[in-house]
Amino acid sequence: MASETHDAAATASACVDAGGGAIGMPQLCGEWMGNQVFWLVVTLVVIYFILSRIALPRIQAILGERQGAITNDLAAAEDFKVKAQEAEDAYNKALADARAEAQNIIAETKAEIRAELDEATAKADAEIAAKAAEGEKAIAEIRANALESVKDVAKETAKELVSAMGVKADARSITSAVTAKLKG
Amino acid sequence: MASEAKAEGSKELVFHPMDQFIVKPLAGDGPVGLFTVTNVTLWMALAVLAIFALMVLGTSGRSVIPSRIQSIAELAYGFIRKMVEDVAGKDALPYFPYIMTLFMFIVFSNFLGLIPGSFTTTSHIAVTAVMAMAVFLAVTILGFVKNGAGFLGVFWISSAPLALRPILALIEVISYFVRPVSHSIRLAGNMMAGHAVIKVFAAFAPMILIGWIGVLVTPLSIIAITAIYALEVLVSFIQAYVFTILTCVYLKDALHPHH
Repeated sequence: MASETHDAAATASACVDAGGGAIGMPQLCGEWMGNQVFWLVVTLVVIYFILSRIALPRIQAILGERQGAITNDLAAAEDFKVKAQEAEDAYNKALADARAEAQNIIAETKAEIRAELDEATAKADAEIAAKAAEGEKAIAEIRANALESVKDVAKETAKELVSAMGVKADARSITSAVTAKLKG
Repeated sequence: MASEAKAEGSKELVFHPMDQFIVKPLAGDGPVGLFTVTNVTLWMALAVLAIFALMVLGTSGRSVIPSRIQSIAELAYGFIRKMVEDVAGKDALPYFPYIMTLFMFIVFSNFLGLIPGSFTTTSHIAVTAVMAMAVFLAVTILGFVKNGAGFLGVFWISSAPLALRPILALIEVISYFVRPVSHSIRLAGNMMAGHAVIKVFAAFAPMILIGWIGVLVTPLSIIAITAIYALEVLVSFIQAYVFTILTCVYLKDALHPHH
């Protein structure tokens, strides 16, 4: 119909009409299929080489690297965790040791102080005993002296009393008389 | 056809939903030969460039802490690699680059096709059929190379009752040979249909210039274009995913033919 009014060049194709519109389904046009298949094969081969030679190995390497980094980081974290645990254990052990030592020192010091105290007490007791003995001795001496003095005073007093009464008495009889009285 | 050519002058709606799929030379009006540089060439080359930009330039930093583009590339890599491993098994990993090639090509072609005025290479049966046939042939040859005649076990369902097995085997054989057809038409059909529907709605959009009914039709068609476009974004990814996962399923049959 319309093709009659147009030149032959425009209607060279069986799939396109003179106005440039499609006749039927362009998908079923046999004329173009060779061209499409050729370019498709070229395209697929190019994509295949781009992917298999460059892109896929590269992405695989990146993913592997990332996996490695993650694994390494996890291992390092595990390491640090173990180290932290060790440090904590060491700290706890040091603390326990220090506590035990402090207990020891306290006990030792207590014992020492007790020993010193006991020694000092014993010494003081001994000194006190010595002083007491000395004092007793001094008291005994003083008592003896006092007795002696009483005897002297009594003799003197008796002699004076006798002489005052006008009697001349000898010293020996007075002394023996006073001694006899003092004994009685 | 003649009335449509006239349409520019008169106030009529112009429907050319299939024109977007025409293959034409980039330079001049000559015939399309085998090696002619056409719009197919252009959009496939753009797909290659986009893939290169994402997968090579995007990862050029090789950073352990990835940039945004690098994480997208890594995501695509991990997505397809996991799919191959989960669906086809660990021994399918040597074929991962081929499957990755198919997925990247399809997903980029689909999304480049969503740019208004672009050409969708994956909407053509010729393109998807070549990929599907390549998968079909590769998987079949691989199955026989790896398992010898044991590959025929894929048709012999040993878990079914003995009496049913021959019938099931027949069905399995038929479905096996239908695979490349469904595999290719599913992708091309989805892409073509969506783009054609958008074009049809787009043709209704200038209705407001023609008559009062356009007050109603024009906003509706614009909303419809938006909605279909959103759906197409989803379809673009899903069809690439489906094509790839079916490839993995077929590959699994080749490597482990016994159910």
